[in-house]
Amino acid sequence: MTLSPKDLAQGVLKGNRRSVARLMTAIENEDPESRAAISQLYPHTGNAYIVGVTGPPGSGKSTLIGQLAKQYRKRKKKVGIIAVDPSSPFTGGALLGDRIRMQELSADEGVFVRSMATRGNLGGLARSTADLVNVLDAFGCDIIFVETVGAGQSEVDVIKLADAVMLVMAPGLGDDIQAIKAGIMEIGDIIAVNKADRENAERTMLEIREAIELDTEQKEWSPPIVKTIATSNEGVEELVEKLDEHRVFHMKAGLARTRIKGEIQLLEALKARLAETVMVGLRGDRDYETMIEKIASRQLNPYEAAATLVDKIVRKNQD
Amino acid sequence: MIATSLKTPSARVERKIRALVAKPGLDSHDRGAKVVARALRDAGMEVVYTGLRQTPEQIVEAAMQEDVDVLCLSILSGAHMTLFPRIIDLMKEKGLDDVLVIAGGVIPEEDISKLKDMGIAEIFGPGTPTRVTVDYVRNNLKRKS
Repeated sequence: MTLSPKDLAQGVLKGNRRSVARLMTAIENEDPESRAAISQLYPHTGNAYIVGVTGPPGSGKSTLIGQLAKQYRKRKKKVGIIAVDPSSPFTGGALLGDRIRMQELSADEGVFVRSMATRGNLGGLARSTADLVNVLDAFGCDIIFVETVGAGQSEVDVIKLADAVMLVMAPGLGDDIQAIKAGIMEIGDIIAVNKADRENAERTMLEIREAIELDTEQKEWSPPIVKTIATSNEGVEELVEKLDEHRVFHMKAGLARTRIKGEIQLLEALKARLAETVMVGLRGDRDYETMIEKIASRQLNPYEAAATLVDKIVRKNQD
Repeated sequence: MIATSLKTPSARVERKIRALVAKPGLDSHDRGAKVVARALRDAGMEVVYTGLRQTPEQIVEAAMQEDVDVLCLSILSGAHMTLFPRIIDLMKEKGLDDVLVIAGGVIPEEDISKLKDMGIAEIFGPGTPTRVTVDYVRNNLKRKS
């Protein structure tokens, strides 16, 4: 018996884990009813603290999240984890291996871990990551960690959905200095220097501290830098303390940040809706196909073509 | 053909197949499991791999959370007759009967029919071309979109 997304939403609110998993799939596959399901859940969201975890591959994000989850479990908090990995642009497939670092958590019913593939989305997250976070929020998670793909200048989707961004760096990954120069420091609310037992840990910390101090913009929150060794659970408690402090700050900053997130969510939804309207409007459209030929033979440029097509759709919708 | 995040008007929406490759028990290496995992990925599937030394409880919980269409069990230690029935039972308990379960690794001929009786759909022994496994999964999913 297949339950509809709306039924699954009811299951989520009742605390049914299988409903959570199934609804997440429906959302990822863009099941037409999933939007209605999210609408049902939306009023029940806003309670979870959302921590985006980003950083270069190999810095130990998954391991650190696993340890953080255990700390929160000690406090009897319900934990959600979404781990995003890249999809192959050629085959569309993905190897989702972040769970490997979180093995023990599978036995704990107070933790829900879901792996996602980016499915072509650039920016470090998948398109439906925000909705899956909403599902975990409505399900009752107190804290939700979202692990993103890598940490280049383009992996900034995470700032749109996180309440706190945790940047995980590690010494000796080769491009520390580059990352700092690229301004990636700007997005971190908390910085963990993991694998702190490695040789260049002190130097890495110093470079990060300098980069933060160079940031001339007056900030109310000064990102703390915490040394961790995730594999031996060192520094994790301190990291939790900093997350707690940030949460207090975030609540005081209150409406301002929530409003910004609200606007970002609206803009994202608008973009998706508009893109969808255009694509649906173009289905079976002869002009679309003709224009592709003309663009290929350089008789028409894509910008003109796009303008013409959008005008056509707007006019069509007005009738 | 590069997959894009924006669905073009002519593109078909294809449902992604999600798989879990799991190693129950105390195997010390996972070369075979990784080969299968990569083959499934190259065939366009989203493959969750949980690593070595998983208990049946961990595997089934992961299968449930990840809402997979197929569970691929890889075992080399010979403990399949103990571990597999436990896994199948847990799958039933958690309402995951519509998940295709296949297995591979070191599994003797004489155990295969017993395993199939208990719910393992097919066994793919060492040396099976990955193409065979991939095609089997594609053609035998219990859950349709």
